[in-house]
Amino acid sequence: MSTVLEMRGGGVTLGDRPILRAIDLTVEAGDVVALLGANGSGKSTLVRSITGLLPLSAGSARLFGQPIDSFNQWPRLGYVPQRSTIAQGVPATVTEVVAAGRLAHRRAFLPARAADRAAVRDALEAVGLTDRAQHQVSTLSGGQQQRVLIARTLAGAPELLVLDEPNAGVDLVSQQAIADTLERSARAGATIIVVLHELGAFAPFIDRAVVLREGRISYDGSPDGIRMHDPHVHCETNEDPALRVAAPLTGMELP
Amino acid sequence: MTTILLAPFMVKALIAAAVTGLASPAVGTYLVQRRLSLMGDGIGHISVTGVALGLLTGTSPTITAVVVAIIGAVAIEALRASGRASGDVALALIFYGGLAGGLMLVSFAGNGALALQSYLFGSITTLSTSDVLVSGGLALVVIALCLTLLPQLFSVANDEDYARTTGLSVPLYNVLVSVLAAVTVSVAMRTVGLLLVSALLVIPVATAQQFARGFRSTMLSAMIAGMLASVTGVVISAYVDVPPGATIVLVALAGFTITAPVGVLLGRRRQATVPFEMPEEPEQQRVLEPHRHQHGPGCGHLAVEHGDHVDYIHDGHRHAVHGGHYDEH
Repeated sequence: MSTVLEMRGGGVTLGDRPILRAIDLTVEAGDVVALLGANGSGKSTLVRSITGLLPLSAGSARLFGQPIDSFNQWPRLGYVPQRSTIAQGVPATVTEVVAAGRLAHRRAFLPARAADRAAVRDALEAVGLTDRAQHQVSTLSGGQQQRVLIARTLAGAPELLVLDEPNAGVDLVSQQAIADTLERSARAGATIIVVLHELGAFAPFIDRAVVLREGRISYDGSPDGIRMHDPHVHCETNEDPALRVAAPLTGMELP
Repeated sequence: MTTILLAPFMVKALIAAAVTGLASPAVGTYLVQRRLSLMGDGIGHISVTGVALGLLTGTSPTITAVVVAIIGAVAIEALRASGRASGDVALALIFYGGLAGGLMLVSFAGNGALALQSYLFGSITTLSTSDVLVSGGLALVVIALCLTLLPQLFSVANDEDYARTTGLSVPLYNVLVSVLAAVTVSVAMRTVGLLLVSALLVIPVATAQQFARGFRSTMLSAMIAGMLASVTGVVISAYVDVPPGATIVLVALAGFTITAPVGVLLGRRRQATVPFEMPEEPEQQRVLEPHRHQHGPGCGHLAVEHGDHVDYIHDGHRHAVHGGHYDEH
């Protein structure tokens, strides 16, 4: 088994404020890891430092054996941002946005090859948006736009998928479609690091959970162990919605 | 009646109008996507300094304008990217510096102030053959780069962070757009003038994006709209005594105004045809596919209350426990 990600004593500081502290995280090829934790615990920051979008202020990290600040094996990395600007500004079709996922494989000035177009088609099929291929992205629902973001990343056929809250603000149908898509990728051998608020539809194929708390890793192990370890992290799919509604009144903390 | 259009000065004017009309919206599409619609205006103001330098030193104002505009455009991008000033403040700083510098320089040039007029408001009917060749050549380079690098430039303008993770050099492509904008402004200043140049970069894009669905189709239709407006404007000014630059911009605006209701209608229809995605409608049907587990709380499939029982969303459809098997709901 080869190591995909190795972070040692990783720290990230934004402004003067330390967001992540002393993160030790190793992810092996084929691992499916859920990053859990409350809002502001540093999940998104960790994901952005893994993908090289935020520099480490302390420690070191290697991606596919290469130091992260000089990483250049872009076709192996697939990032799915949480919020995206894909639906803003000038109109763009679903296909155009998904085709951007092929750019790690393409050279400037050369037209797309048949393999590029096939990868875009397959990715759209994988997220169930084949019939929307020529639609304008901004006319799609939030959940469908999220699936476009995932298709864009899948089109690049990455070995490592890094997803930042793919379920945020997404309808049930899309949540299930996203979970199914990722489950297939995981079965096919992809390494997945996914930021989640709760395991939900992802539970069946997550084999490791990493819980962040105030910028540190507070739990790293089987998803089954979370509940005993930290009562504030839910891993059940059918939590009582009444508790969530009542939370502001009872003062109970929810993930 | 058509003879005036075949006069040499008119042929040159029409060619210059066509190439600027094509090139400006091509760059403009990227500027609009990046919310830098007024960048063309900023560069136009900087170019005043370039033109003034040319007039003062006796070199071609077009060449000095290109050079100064590129320096200014890169400075705007650097200010913006370094976070020292937001996009609009960066524009404003360079904008007024360039304009004031140009006016100062031109005052040293004696009768240069008069010559400056033809750059501020355009002078398409007094172009020399070499002017047309230089403008045409530069415009073709701009168009070629805008079209061949479309996938990369689109990705960077559409989602900068993601583009970074596919290995694209975001600063390089952003500077390239700025340089292309600077070159376009310098080319278009002879057609519509520096004060109106931004209109030709932005208005055709605004027109096209009312009915186009994609980025490439927006760019191509904007280029056609820009060319039509430019050529129409020049033709009108050949018969009626109106300034060509202003006419081109007003024709472009008229195009936007006329197509606006069409765009609103199309937008409504599109919204109506794309409703919420609904789960497959319940159809009572026994399911034969094997289940690895019994559906239940925490099984990983989403539970949905359905009347008196609970359905589990399973591969895009809903399963309800019924006796020893599952029904599709």
